[in-house]
Amino acid sequence: MHSADRILEVGSLVKYFAVFERGIFRKKTVGQVHAVDNVTFHIFTGETLGLVGESGCGKTTAGKVILMLEPPTSGSIRFEGKDVVDTFDNGNQDEMKQLRRGMQMVFQNPYNSLDPRMTVYDIISEAFVIHKHIPKNQWTDRVYELLRMVNLEEYHAERYPHEFSGGQRQRIAIARALAVDPKFVILDEPVSSLDVSIRAQILNLLIDLQKKERLSYLYISHDLSSVRQISQRVAVMYLGEIVELASANELFDRPLHPYTQALISAVPVPDPEHKTTRIILPGEVPSPINPPKACRFHPRCPYASDICKEVAPTFEDRLVTGHFVACHHADKFV
Amino acid sequence: MDDRLLEISNLRTYFFTEAGVVKALDGMSLVVNKGQAVGLVGESGSGKSVTAQSVLRIVPRPGRIVDGSVKFEGEELLTKKEDEMRKLRGPKMAIVFQDPTTSLNPLYTVEKQLTDILMLHRDLSKESASKQALHLLDRVGIQDPERRLKTYPHELSGGMKQRIAIARALACDPGLLFADEPTTNLDVTIQAQVLELLKQLQKELKMTMVMITHDMGIIADMTERVTVLYAGKVMEVAETPTLFKSPKHPYTEALLKAVPSVKQTRTLEVIPGNIPNLIEPPTGCVFHPRCKYAKDICVKKEPELEKVAEGHYAACHFWRELELGPGRGT
Repeated sequence: MHSADRILEVGSLVKYFAVFERGIFRKKTVGQVHAVDNVTFHIFTGETLGLVGESGCGKTTAGKVILMLEPPTSGSIRFEGKDVVDTFDNGNQDEMKQLRRGMQMVFQNPYNSLDPRMTVYDIISEAFVIHKHIPKNQWTDRVYELLRMVNLEEYHAERYPHEFSGGQRQRIAIARALAVDPKFVILDEPVSSLDVSIRAQILNLLIDLQKKERLSYLYISHDLSSVRQISQRVAVMYLGEIVELASANELFDRPLHPYTQALISAVPVPDPEHKTTRIILPGEVPSPINPPKACRFHPRCPYASDICKEVAPTFEDRLVTGHFVACHHADKFV
Repeated sequence: MDDRLLEISNLRTYFFTEAGVVKALDGMSLVVNKGQAVGLVGESGSGKSVTAQSVLRIVPRPGRIVDGSVKFEGEELLTKKEDEMRKLRGPKMAIVFQDPTTSLNPLYTVEKQLTDILMLHRDLSKESASKQALHLLDRVGIQDPERRLKTYPHELSGGMKQRIAIARALACDPGLLFADEPTTNLDVTIQAQVLELLKQLQKELKMTMVMITHDMGIIADMTERVTVLYAGKVMEVAETPTLFKSPKHPYTEALLKAVPSVKQTRTLEVIPGNIPNLIEPPTGCVFHPRCKYAKDICVKKEPELEKVAEGHYAACHFWRELELGPGRGT
């Protein structure tokens, strides 16, 4: 099953959150949020897979489940061929720690992902305390090395997070993620809370680090421009499901799913001479508690027909070019 | 000139904080002609929101307008009394804020938020105000407006709330609308809906709009003229297509080269360093510490906003010499 160049394989991943109605004495489950529903993808070693979608589509939940920060409802996650879910369910502490060292995460908001009462040195070296993978007399050197890797200075180690700007804080968060020598990093909207002139700094830093450290990324974002910039392949999520997955150029130049088409056409292009007809989707994303039957996009889709309301489309590589799409009408757009 | 609706000159708005005086706007000038859609672009701390707040005279404490002039329809606003300003806010000028969750009052129904303004400024009866409110909701594209009138803001999605905020701003047909990052908190497809709505309303009502944003894509899409702000100062003013094609200020160029686009990938050029501290802004040209073309004079002398061509101004000592490129391949 496992092929050596796939660092991560996610199969039929499902994550539901129960919705409760609280009585005085008991609470009863009244529904389920279909946050991630039957999601399958893999990431090659050294690659960046972009995961795009709007708020509430389940992209962050997918990231958290892969790291086992949330247990999945069902499905499989394999990291370097090793069954992650199984390890966390039955495995011993050592094996779990081993997996955690391999996979790290950088969060969206560096203003609350860093403990304000710890110095940068403490924040980064906390990884060494827990994983004990570096002898204590080398901690300082390693912290300095990590700071230099993210283009910060050695003297920054003694400072506290509040003394840094947003971009610098995100660098610290990246250094912290790299402190355990991970092979795979989930980047959850790492530049969304940063200023425009700082975003390019962080994106370029991430691309450089990937080359130097041979990292694999899952880049989660709603910002399609930055996704195109950093990813080799891109998956588009809508209401908990992946609706399209292809190489970045293929997906942006020839989107086959009507949702992807609308999403791309909706992004304002920084060029006044660029004129496209914007596809305006009616309405808003429906509630993931009772998602629409069959194709979840059909209530907003300009091409929806009867079949879309009755039969869920399969996720297929229609052209056999590695361009997967879940749409009954995708052939029209080829 | 007749078609000048708003003329800001040399405006200085400072915030007197405990840490020191923050020069949020330091010599800002802007001319907005009637019916135009003008963009104000800049990063956080550039003074773009403070500009709108200064014109409306709603600068929050400890901020104060310390110098300059704001003329609206030829009248000076800065010397007006508060009750005179109140008569202008709503009927003459209005603002849509970034976050509709905080700009709408959570305790009032949508109906009350809209009818209050109409009853105050237009002297309408409650019934006709309600009728007008219904019409406004319809105009901003809210489905099922009768039902929505009775809802509270928390029952609505972000996109709908922003539509309500737009409806409220438009309630008294203002001649001038400030849109302060109106889509920053919204999802991409909802952003597209709201931008389309603003465009359409601006055309139909022949409204003058000042679009405040950090997104060069929105500037390109929505505006005719644009002013680039950095650290409380104007860096460049131009017609939007000119600004993108032949920027004359290094900051504009750097900004254009630093933003990714969905249309293509290319190496992003990084602007080094951080946004300056406005308590002690850099000497000379505020952009010099991050400018790759900076020379000695940039550290010592502040450049004037000079005329580059008709309607095109740049504040750089070297605009004549520099061969600045456009953001992307022409």
